[in-house]
Amino acid sequence: MRPTHAMAHACLCALAALPFAVASAQDLLVRNAKVHTVTERGTLERADVLVRNGRIVAVGTGLAAAGATVVEANGRPLTPGLFGGITALGVEEVSLESSTVDNDPHAAEQSAATAPEPRPEFDVTLSFNPDSAVIGVNRVEGITYAMVAPSAVSGSTVIAGQGTVARLDGRADAALAPSRTLFANLNAGVSRAGQFMLFEQAAREAKPTPQMRDGDFRLLTPAGRETLARYLNGGRIVFDVDRATDIRQVMAFAQKHGARPVVAGGAQAWQVAGQLAQAKVPVVLDPLVDLPDSFDQIGATLENAARLHKAGVRVAFTNLNDGTHNARKVRQAAGVAVANGLPWDAALAALTANPAEIFGIGNEYGRIAPGYVADLVLWSGDPLEVTTVAEQMWIDGRAQSMRSRQTELRDRYRPGAR
Amino acid sequence: MTLTRLLLLALAAWAAGAAAAPDPFESTYQPAASTPALIRNATVLDGTGRRLDGADVLMRDGKIVAVGAGLDADGATVVDAQGRWVTPGLIDVHSHLGVYASPGVTAHQDGNEATDPVTAGVWAEHGVWPQDPGFYTALAGGTTTLQVLPGSANLIGGRGVTLRNVAATTMQEMKFPGAPHGLKMACGENPKRVYGGKGRSPSTRMGNVAGYRQAFADAQEYQRQWQKYERELAAYEAGSDGRKSSKKKGDGDAQPPASPKRDLRLETLVGAMNGEILVHIHCYRADEMAVMLDLAKEFGFKVAAFHHGVEAYKIADRLAQEGVCGALWADWWGFKMEAYDAIWENIAFVDAPENGCAIVHSDSAEGIQRLNQEAAKAMSRGQRAGLAIPPEHAIRWLTSNAARALGVADQVGTLEPGKRADVVIWNRDPFSVYAHADRVYVDGALRYDRATPPAQPESDFLLGQPAGGAL
Repeated sequence: MRPTHAMAHACLCALAALPFAVASAQDLLVRNAKVHTVTERGTLERADVLVRNGRIVAVGTGLAAAGATVVEANGRPLTPGLFGGITALGVEEVSLESSTVDNDPHAAEQSAATAPEPRPEFDVTLSFNPDSAVIGVNRVEGITYAMVAPSAVSGSTVIAGQGTVARLDGRADAALAPSRTLFANLNAGVSRAGQFMLFEQAAREAKPTPQMRDGDFRLLTPAGRETLARYLNGGRIVFDVDRATDIRQVMAFAQKHGARPVVAGGAQAWQVAGQLAQAKVPVVLDPLVDLPDSFDQIGATLENAARLHKAGVRVAFTNLNDGTHNARKVRQAAGVAVANGLPWDAALAALTANPAEIFGIGNEYGRIAPGYVADLVLWSGDPLEVTTVAEQMWIDGRAQSMRSRQTELRDRYRPGAR
Repeated sequence: MTLTRLLLLALAAWAAGAAAAPDPFESTYQPAASTPALIRNATVLDGTGRRLDGADVLMRDGKIVAVGAGLDADGATVVDAQGRWVTPGLIDVHSHLGVYASPGVTAHQDGNEATDPVTAGVWAEHGVWPQDPGFYTALAGGTTTLQVLPGSANLIGGRGVTLRNVAATTMQEMKFPGAPHGLKMACGENPKRVYGGKGRSPSTRMGNVAGYRQAFADAQEYQRQWQKYERELAAYEAGSDGRKSSKKKGDGDAQPPASPKRDLRLETLVGAMNGEILVHIHCYRADEMAVMLDLAKEFGFKVAAFHHGVEAYKIADRLAQEGVCGALWADWWGFKMEAYDAIWENIAFVDAPENGCAIVHSDSAEGIQRLNQEAAKAMSRGQRAGLAIPPEHAIRWLTSNAARALGVADQVGTLEPGKRADVVIWNRDPFSVYAHADRVYVDGALRYDRATPPAQPESDFLLGQPAGGAL
């Protein structure tokens, strides 16, 4: 039973035997791929993608590039790198070990008798650890970036703090600045009206009136007021809400204060699909939610994504069950959405171009088109199929190691290796 | 004889391992009326490891009659399954449907009697709410049999119950007739966190094991008391019947022996030692599973399955040698320290040795809706690791192997003649994210038909609510 390292190098997949260290940036030509561009060009059979200096420069047939590394795809599907959803990647290693969890602004105040104050200035990305094993485990499944979000689970604050989309290739400067987002926490376990009351108060403080004096009661710190003011001035705020009426309230609040809302969760979003489409409010949802886990989710349906898409709502996917360790499950969830009425192309867009658009980076990420960042994944088959795996991927045109802590364990304990 | 007397005699015989204890909450399950049906021209994975292409499945009187090519309909309704796949009804050995029902309000938290580390006297079936909408979504995913277990807060959490997944008003109407109870035990972090957090034992893994051992030692003593009582009772009965005269006492002054006081906790543990209750252990780490196997030997019980077993692949050979199943997830991991060493190939590696018994389980109202997809992920990763795992083999992970762990393999889990006709017709290869269960039969009766969704939700809870689609 004693494990050996003998099999550690004996990988069956030739592509996965690339050096463990990340290769340096170079030119790349992926040839003869089924290219899912997630643009108006749609899917191109037997197409080539040319990458120079980390950017896509051409997508077409018969491309040639002297000096570029050539990868023969043999017709396999090539997609943009997948978005891992709203996660705690890099800020949570083991969920139940608080010493490894950094996404809660009020974890240290858990025992405080008073409700914690909202701290919009909390920036979870300061905790981001690009070397987390959780990132590697998800990256090898084709996840090249994800929203790293705060989560005020322990407190009843209405504002959890800020997050950004992070790139998952191990770089220290992983955060993409334009994706900076404020996260509202409307599942704080107190009266909904009370939450909106606190939100209104915070908004008033962020836009102080002359009547506001030094001694007045305030929810926010000066830094918090400055931060919130930025988001109320055309910034992006994610509201974690399921109930249709709460979604309506969120839309009204955002309109009143000049913020751009994103609905996360949205189990009943299909009931207000028309209003969401009209106001151009996107929804980040988990396609697997079909049971009323709470009274807010009565009417949850596997057709949520399909109905929203049909109404013209921009939809992106996240895993609400374990969106950090199993962020990779969004791909399966997308397939389930397809099985329940969502067009296949829309499902892939909900993993690529849509989240990039929602989080303000759609001009550089989420598509295979000239000028876009070369985050690419070559799949063994249909990218939404559960039996498919990512065979090779590139971030900024750099080939990524397809090994992770889990593949190391696999090879140590592979039958016959023991 | 009075009823009490009968019960005591039965208990005495049971304590001696001679007979099954009577079930006071007897199943009232009745198969729904069915008409004979012939499923024609399908790809059949029969659960025994066989794949039959272009094959038929004949059901009559709630039972499988025959599986093979070109069967004679003999008056049965013919269901054209050209291009479709047929499997046995899926079986989930680890569910909390009904005891942690949707909606997950505080009033529905009925799965953990987290007031004492050993609550072997509680039974999950007494917490099952048949109106949980999760039963219906699970049926739509092809799950026809499931074991509902207590949670893992306690060292010994209580008895699990195996249910037929049918619409019902009472738990008894769902209870699988004659299926043995399960005993839920839990290793590792959960019990020591729950009780350590209350400032009491166990607060360490040492305390966990001491807790199991003391409980089973108490059960051994309890069993001895009942065995002694049985001997004394037998002697008394012999004397009072007059066939044999007591040497010590005359008939006139003989007193019946006093029965020991019943202890519901210890009764359950004695049942586990007798083999009448099947032991299911929530256990993540390989080293802890090895300790539990030794514990089982010390007290003479058998472990039916380790559940969750995120590290089961590290001791796959030992599990296979000891005939212990691993009931596992495809991809859950990392939510706590003992779940840190997960690999995709866990199920396939546990399956690989001779006599390996791998099971795909859910522990989830979401996962139980798509056990086929969980199996597909595990199969695919196993194949890529170099193992030959055809679909006709992988289907055993969620049918016959699961039936074995629940002690109902003689009735369900395969499509062999004589078995209960629990059958799923899939619209395509079920090892696909796009697969749907088109039809689900339980005991030969069509319980779910994707083509004709019910006009009203079947769960009373969802009736009159704004529904997203009938459940």
